[in-house]
Amino acid sequence: MSVRKTIIDPLFTNNPIALQILGICSALAVTTKLETALVMAAAVTLVTAFSGASVSIIRNTIPSSIRIIVQMTIIASLVIVTDQILKAFFFDVAKSMSVYVGLIITNCIVMGRAEGYAMKNGFVMSFFDGLGNGLGYSIVLLFVAVFRELFGSGTLLGHSILPLVSEGGWYQPNGLALLSPSAFFLIGIFIWVLRTFKKDQVEKA
Amino acid sequence: MQNDSVAKTVIVAAVLCVFCSVLVSTAAIKLKPMQKENKALDIKKNLLLSAGLLTSDNPSKEDITEAFKAIETQVINLDNGDVTDIDPLTFDAKKAAKDPKQNKIIDNGKDLARIKVRAKYGKVYIVKKGDAIDLIVLPINGKGLWSTLYGFMALAPDTKTIRGFGFYEHAETPGLGGEVDNPKWKASWIGKIALDQDFNPIIDVVKGMVDPKHANASSQIDGLSGATLTANGVEGLVQYWLGEDGYGPYLEKLRTKLN
Repeated sequence: MSVRKTIIDPLFTNNPIALQILGICSALAVTTKLETALVMAAAVTLVTAFSGASVSIIRNTIPSSIRIIVQMTIIASLVIVTDQILKAFFFDVAKSMSVYVGLIITNCIVMGRAEGYAMKNGFVMSFFDGLGNGLGYSIVLLFVAVFRELFGSGTLLGHSILPLVSEGGWYQPNGLALLSPSAFFLIGIFIWVLRTFKKDQVEKA
Repeated sequence: MQNDSVAKTVIVAAVLCVFCSVLVSTAAIKLKPMQKENKALDIKKNLLLSAGLLTSDNPSKEDITEAFKAIETQVINLDNGDVTDIDPLTFDAKKAAKDPKQNKIIDNGKDLARIKVRAKYGKVYIVKKGDAIDLIVLPINGKGLWSTLYGFMALAPDTKTIRGFGFYEHAETPGLGGEVDNPKWKASWIGKIALDQDFNPIIDVVKGMVDPKHANASSQIDGLSGATLTANGVEGLVQYWLGEDGYGPYLEKLRTKLN
């Protein structure tokens, strides 16, 4: 597969959230605000790319009995380093993300790509595969976050778009949009729209 | 050597662990000074914002350091309210609260803030206008719904009137309990009377909106919709810290001194 295809494919054709249904948990947790979703998306994309590449480099020396733990250790180390960098350079954002950066470790996409792709492919391709899947995750995350922040708080990236009743405007915010279940609805809608255009993704009844 | 042999498994695991731990600890140690600086700056920024001493919402580092010069920090003994000679630069109330030698277990019935222990000493920040005290800024903390909230409350020299209020650290649900950071809600605390004639805390976060005709309206704060438990926590922690187990004795000594 070409590099281009490896990166583009996971965006819509083989989206990790919409088709593989991986990484739903954090799509619920960090999408109440667009800003945190952006940082989360960037962090997950980088971690997936670099962990894929690192696992791929040592894939021929990893004993199969401990391969999951080896992948986990690499992913966890990268996540901790990411967390430290965020705290040092983007303090305000890191503060609003609190525990969720650490939870990238448990994001199924990262591990799924390490086990499913990087264990069998060269490190350049594994890097791009991680990048592509991270971007596929980012698309869904940003889609969900835009709707949740707009309807839940009437803002986008903290700028007021729909003036709230409590601040003298006309918009009564939708409290459901701020709660996790709303992300399920939005992801459902995303999958629905996607499968309307890409009929081959529809499972046989 | 075969990949699945015991020796190879142990070697791979060991080498990987050493490599990863070096990576993680290097990052942690190299970035620590910056993180510490960020944290200290963030606390100062929030202190200044609660005290209303910063005009811009996004001040530069220089603005913060400059504005902070106007503030005099003291470490006080919370039990009798005396100012001690402990150096405020080295004293860390958060650390002291965890140290059995420096903390005090709060009696069950008195623990409105639900923090179980507090440091024996506390920091207070004084802003002076000329020689007279203009503002007293007190650090406060207590449990909300999910997390412990840390913040500041600024009082006028009468020790009753709230002049500013805000949290700098918490992990409440964004949009619900997280609305404690809403600038409008924080502003609604300003001008409220926190203590009654006998200087007992009477602040009350109500459910829904404050009825302006209510006898106690001047001490009531609008609730946060969808976040009753966080709001109750905030009420409890403010009552605790302004009460006799918190800054009560200090504020009393301050009043005698001022009159």
